[in-house]
Amino acid sequence: MLANFGFGALLITLLISLYGIGAAIYGVRRNQPAWVESARLAMLLTFPLISVVALSLIVLLVSGHYELEFVSSVTSNSMPIYLRITALWGGQAGSLVFWSWLMSAFATAVTLRRWDRDREFLPWVIVVSLITLAFFLILTIFFENPFERIWRAPNGQFIVAMFQPAGASLAMMRDGQGLNPLLRHPGMIIHPPMLYLGFVSFVIPYAFAIAALITGRTDDRWIRITRRWALVAWLFLSLGLILGGRWAYDVLGWGGYWGWDPVEIAAFMPWLTGTAFLHSVMIQEKRGMLKHWNMVLIILTYCLVIFGTFLTRSGVLSSVHAFAQSAIGPMFFGFIGLTFIASLYLLMQRWDSLKADTHMTSMLSREALFLLNNLLFMSILVVCFWGVMFPLISELFTNQKVTVGPPFYERATAPLFAGLLLLMGVAPLSAWRHSTAKTLGRAIWKPFIFSLLVGVLLPLALGVRHWAALLGFWLSAFVASVTLYEFWRGALARRRKSGENLALALWRLAGRNRRRYGGYVIHLGVVLMAIGIIGIEMFQTETQGTIPRGGSLSLRDYTVTYQSLAMFDTPDGRNVARAVLSVEKNGQYVGELHPRRDYYFESQQPMTIPGVRSTMEDDLYVLLVDWMPVSSQGATFKIYHNPLVNWLWLGGLVFILGTLIAAWPEKDPEEAVERAPRSAYAGAQV
Amino acid sequence: MEQTAMMEKSSPGRMKFVIGGLLIVAAVIYLIVSSTQASAQYFLTVDELITKGESVKGRDLRISGAVIGDSIQYDPQTLTLSFTIAAIPGDNKEIEAQGGLAEVLKQAVNDPNRARLVVSYNGPKPDLLRNEAQAIITGELGDDGVFYANELLLKCPTKYEEAVPDQAGT
Repeated sequence: MLANFGFGALLITLLISLYGIGAAIYGVRRNQPAWVESARLAMLLTFPLISVVALSLIVLLVSGHYELEFVSSVTSNSMPIYLRITALWGGQAGSLVFWSWLMSAFATAVTLRRWDRDREFLPWVIVVSLITLAFFLILTIFFENPFERIWRAPNGQFIVAMFQPAGASLAMMRDGQGLNPLLRHPGMIIHPPMLYLGFVSFVIPYAFAIAALITGRTDDRWIRITRRWALVAWLFLSLGLILGGRWAYDVLGWGGYWGWDPVEIAAFMPWLTGTAFLHSVMIQEKRGMLKHWNMVLIILTYCLVIFGTFLTRSGVLSSVHAFAQSAIGPMFFGFIGLTFIASLYLLMQRWDSLKADTHMTSMLSREALFLLNNLLFMSILVVCFWGVMFPLISELFTNQKVTVGPPFYERATAPLFAGLLLLMGVAPLSAWRHSTAKTLGRAIWKPFIFSLLVGVLLPLALGVRHWAALLGFWLSAFVASVTLYEFWRGALARRRKSGENLALALWRLAGRNRRRYGGYVIHLGVVLMAIGIIGIEMFQTETQGTIPRGGSLSLRDYTVTYQSLAMFDTPDGRNVARAVLSVEKNGQYVGELHPRRDYYFESQQPMTIPGVRSTMEDDLYVLLVDWMPVSSQGATFKIYHNPLVNWLWLGGLVFILGTLIAAWPEKDPEEAVERAPRSAYAGAQV
Repeated sequence: MEQTAMMEKSSPGRMKFVIGGLLIVAAVIYLIVSSTQASAQYFLTVDELITKGESVKGRDLRISGAVIGDSIQYDPQTLTLSFTIAAIPGDNKEIEAQGGLAEVLKQAVNDPNRARLVVSYNGPKPDLLRNEAQAIITGELGDDGVFYANELLLKCPTKYEEAVPDQAGT
């Protein structure tokens, strides 16, 4: 009953979306604002309607209506209620509904903004948003319907269908199969929504860009309107990526956080173009350049967002993340191709009106360095895209499927990431328009010297000899020095001018210039993350072995001693084997670790949860690999020593904090940036 | 890449930007080509591996197959793992045509005429290694015809989306 109701709401939403698209186009072609207004109201309605769909599905999930195929595939009686709710995005059909729900929330939010100054954008923003939404609704309704039920035919066969087949009766299910245990983790509960939020909110800047192209209002108005949208999208995408890494580290039990899996890369690619976009729009705002380029970037970001959803959901590439497989691939491919070609066609139409106002002259000017930054981001994108597509390309041309693994990505992107770090250090100190080696050198020498002390001599003194690690540490120290130096100079200048004390000056400085100083905080976050990544990538060590009770394994400064092992059942349907290990560091007892193995009865799937001792210096990461069943006398452990990895998570927090600062609404978000005060020293403005 | 589009045609310093851009493009192409060569893995099905035999020995290979549950042998003392995989088609379309991954894996395991390959691996036994799982194995083919894996990736599609639960009462 409720399933029919939800499905009906889904159908109505699709009809309303299609109506909105038609009404908006008709209204603008016939110059009848009433039709556009009607389209706006249609778009406003999509959110409440899909909320009805999603809430119906959630009620069905929570109340255990296992006759729905989707419900039975992602929930079971033993699952707690919060997991049943989040099971909405635990399978393909539900995640498409969830995607549409978020999309409609953003679409509805955008209809509620004040449109007085840019009413001509409205119909086309509606058209683009609703086409995107309608595409996902069509997928849901015709290909991946979460409301499909399991019927028992007279011959005893099961049939999965939306409506009752002739002679069949509804199958009565006692229990479902439950959510994949790998997905029952707090990180996994919020990781997909964050990524999806990032994905869908990039649709809005894209919609405005297309509206600008169609209407011919190609000044930077669309960029100013969507700046905050883009930042928020980027915030969610970053958060999703960081949480995904944390989930992998905590749950997947391979001692890592990022495996260059095609699906990870699929989420990373729109982040790359989005990051390039956030940087290059500043050049358009400041200098009126790169207008074509910004259009290309937002179009690419949109297509990569859809491509990302497609990769995670189509099973076209083998991946541990492809939890769902289906035949919706061609649909996605067609949609991406169509939107990409249509967008590029529109861009060509407006090519001439997007000419730059000025020219770039100095190779060390801020805008030139930003351009270089964009090139590096695009290069990383090309590397990623090549890596993901290489199996398909090589199969097409040589009929031989060849894949490239993590070493490819590490090798090819490491110099590019290093280049980005270097730019992150240099660019904030270079001036707009014109900058020479001399003026740049004058601004840079102090933080440069400081970074040599902290980034090279300190690691050398601590025994680091690897040249690449030293280079990485130096680059990190350089960026950190420059960034902190910028805060320091800014606060000093403000104190001189206003007489405030230093702390207040710093606070007000950042508060008045949120975008710029938020950006610097993000850079500091990146530095901390870089330190963590260098630590775990270059200095990770591991050992494994089988030891009797009371026996020990040693790795670096640590010795772990196997104390005991307990096995017990839990009420939520697991059998847990939990080992107790005592840890000594340099002979000093520092605590206990409890690596365990959970065996899920429903899915017959075991899951290895590491025991981790985490400090800023290093993580000791222990996996319980196996144990002797009868006497539980001996057990096998695998131990990783991950230096500095905590800096990665700390950096992630700082990174998010910085994005929040940059995205925090100002009193008049439209005008504040234009009125940003100019200071005397080079590189004062963003 | 796109930097020609970004440059201005009449700019006086245009040449140096073009040259700089070309240098970067060249560097990136070099990085991609050399890294591809250094880490290319050939993705083969079990059938292809057996046909090619000698010619791919010592190369970095990626093999996909269905795990035969009875063949899994694991010694936790030495962490040596060995199991046999049965050939499955490498192409997604073919898999879909034969009734989906779960069905293909099941058939492969139950068909004694399928080409099979013994895999040897040193390390902890992966959680998902069980009968009718899809194994994607990276490693090389040894002289003894055993495939020496250095990485195992396992997928068990059966339990999530495809299968309809059979524990239904009436």
